[in-house]
Amino acid sequence: MVPTNYYLVLSAILFGLGTVAFVFKRNIITIFMSIELMLNAVNLAFVAFSQAFGKVHGQVFVLFVIVVAAAEAAVGLGIIILIQRNRQSLNVEKVNLLKL
Amino acid sequence: MLDHLWIIPLLPLLGAATNGLFGKNWPNKVVNGVALNATGFSFLAALEAVREFIYVRNQELFRKEFFDWIVIPNLVSGGNLFRAGFDLQMDQLTVVMVLVVTGVGFLIHIYSTGYMAHEGGYYRFFSYLNLFMFFMLILVLAANYVLLFVGWEGVGLSSYLLIGFYFLKKSASDAGKKAFIVNRIGDFGFMLGMFLLFKTFGTLDFTQLFAKAEPWSHEGWGQFGTFTVACLLLFMGACGKSAQLPLYVWLPDAMEGPTPVSALIHAATMVTAGVYVVARSHILFTHSEIAMVVVAVVGCATAFFAATIGLVQTDIKKVLAYSTVSQLGYMFLGCGVGAFGAGIFHLMTHAFFKALLFLAAGSVIHAMGGEQNMLHMGGLSKKIKVTYWTMLIATLAIAGFPPLAGFFSKDSILYAAFIREPGGHPLYIVGLLTALLTSFYMFRLIFLTFHGQQRYDEHHVHVHESPWSMLGPLAILAVLSIVGGWMAAPSFWGGEDRFASFLTPVFGVAHQAEGAMSEAAAHKLELSLAFVAVVAALIGLLTAFWLYLKQPGKPAEIAKSLKPIYTSLYNKYYVDELYGAAIVKPLLAISTNVLWKVIDVEAIDGTVNGIAHGATATGDVARRTQSGNTRSYAVWVVIGALAVLVIIFWPAIRALAGGAQ
Repeated sequence: MVPTNYYLVLSAILFGLGTVAFVFKRNIITIFMSIELMLNAVNLAFVAFSQAFGKVHGQVFVLFVIVVAAAEAAVGLGIIILIQRNRQSLNVEKVNLLKL
Repeated sequence: MLDHLWIIPLLPLLGAATNGLFGKNWPNKVVNGVALNATGFSFLAALEAVREFIYVRNQELFRKEFFDWIVIPNLVSGGNLFRAGFDLQMDQLTVVMVLVVTGVGFLIHIYSTGYMAHEGGYYRFFSYLNLFMFFMLILVLAANYVLLFVGWEGVGLSSYLLIGFYFLKKSASDAGKKAFIVNRIGDFGFMLGMFLLFKTFGTLDFTQLFAKAEPWSHEGWGQFGTFTVACLLLFMGACGKSAQLPLYVWLPDAMEGPTPVSALIHAATMVTAGVYVVARSHILFTHSEIAMVVVAVVGCATAFFAATIGLVQTDIKKVLAYSTVSQLGYMFLGCGVGAFGAGIFHLMTHAFFKALLFLAAGSVIHAMGGEQNMLHMGGLSKKIKVTYWTMLIATLAIAGFPPLAGFFSKDSILYAAFIREPGGHPLYIVGLLTALLTSFYMFRLIFLTFHGQQRYDEHHVHVHESPWSMLGPLAILAVLSIVGGWMAAPSFWGGEDRFASFLTPVFGVAHQAEGAMSEAAAHKLELSLAFVAVVAALIGLLTAFWLYLKQPGKPAEIAKSLKPIYTSLYNKYYVDELYGAAIVKPLLAISTNVLWKVIDVEAIDGTVNGIAHGATATGDVARRTQSGNTRSYAVWVVIGALAVLVIIFWPAIRALAGGAQ
């Protein structure tokens, strides 16, 4: 059996990558994907703990996260399409109506 | 009535409130009814109270505490640390004052119904007059300094309201303010005096205070003890209220008020409050040599100083105003040389003839249709006969011709000054000179106004005698000006001075120096001094006669040859200008440049505005975090998440760090 630590380290690496991409990428779709990456990194940690402690709570929670992620994808992609239509660009720097 | 002494001041207060609150749309007759009944019944109540005091109580001090006002109980040992109540008292001094105030006040109320008949704000005028009566009665009936001070401030207030009665006129409202502010300076001293008395004796009640002060040792020359300081402070207040040097400047300006006001407040009653306080506190004053000398010298100097200014004034009311200041100086001179009875006697007779002079002057002004400059009058004696004769009587009285009231009172003051040891003679000589000047400027007024050529245009001025509501009070006051002094008359044919002996229970036996002389010698001295005084008055009369009737061109010539003196007299020694330059201007400069522009604008406004500016500046910095750049928000989210993590795991991190070490 693979030790739980391995899963957690992998989860942390994925989460870190997601975070870095979230901050540094300009393309909105990439940012969106990095958010998904972070969610799934967390999902991985949940299942790992679920297996380690022999309880189902973690797996139930993962199901919730997947549902929320699906809803978020629906709304988020809708927003992204609108941004593309209005500005002919997916560069997040261009979304700056609130700028001073 | 004595048990219900509060009725005497309450009636005018009710009158003032009724007229002031509801009188606006009432016809003059109703306003008259309220005001005259209030003062008239107050006078009757005072008469009844005096009757009971003299015949039922046998002139024993009556004192009653009606209700507590300020009480600070001593919780440790019982009793009161401080008590100021609505306590009224009646003694011989109060009798004189209360009768003068209500009596003369009532006559002036009657006169005002005629004089003010065509003026606007009729109800307001009578409301103020009644209010004045109320405060003046509180002042004279009070049995402690605190209640006296209520009346003291109240008459100041009424005076302010009445001087500024024509408040649309700038000079009138300015004069009102001047009177109030100058009086405040004196009141400041009065209050400090009260505080010192309370600190020393622990009470401000007349009876207790004087009983405690009596056994204290007297303070001689050069000793600045409690009595000297307290009395000088009280005298400062008296100087303000009674228009003595150097605080007299408000009184001549107060002539801006309607003439009955000048008669009631600035001649007969309110200005006598200072003399009253000094006389009331005579036990304190006689304990201090310095205070007595200061009172006498200030009074004497004021009498002379004001009389010289009166010599050249052309406004009929201004002459009378300076004459009032001068006569008040006489009263203080009397008090200062220890003859408190003589001072109060002069106060009473002066109330009669000065009220008469002012009311007659008002009648002249009324007849001339508002003209106050004597140079534009002349030859009025045949046209307004009643006014002329009454005014002549008052003039003879104030100039000190026997057997009118002023002769007896002025003579007793001069006599007291003469026999004062040491240093009485200079005071007497200045007083005598003042008597001469008084006689001169009063007859100058008479001759300029009533005799000589007519100096006004008959077509513009329709001279007419005043209505009887004005002449009646004149006649009554004229009678009083004649007989008012006769109580002191018997002393001239060897009897006793009834007025002085009436006041003896209050003031004790005056004239200690008299004891040194034999009675016959004293009597002879008094007669010869009286003779000298009459001669002085005659000289004044004849000089005025010669200058203003025989040689009408002469005064102008003399004025020309003595130009510097004349102009400085005409401009009242430039005292107002001096005060303006020495006090008002610097005060204004400090107020403008320091209080306004630094303290108010910089400090107070600056603090408030500074807080607002600070908030704006902080916001200006803080809003930079909301850059509007979407990615920066992402960074903030990450930073926030990290911060939350650090906070949650802080104990663990510390443990790790500790473990590493």
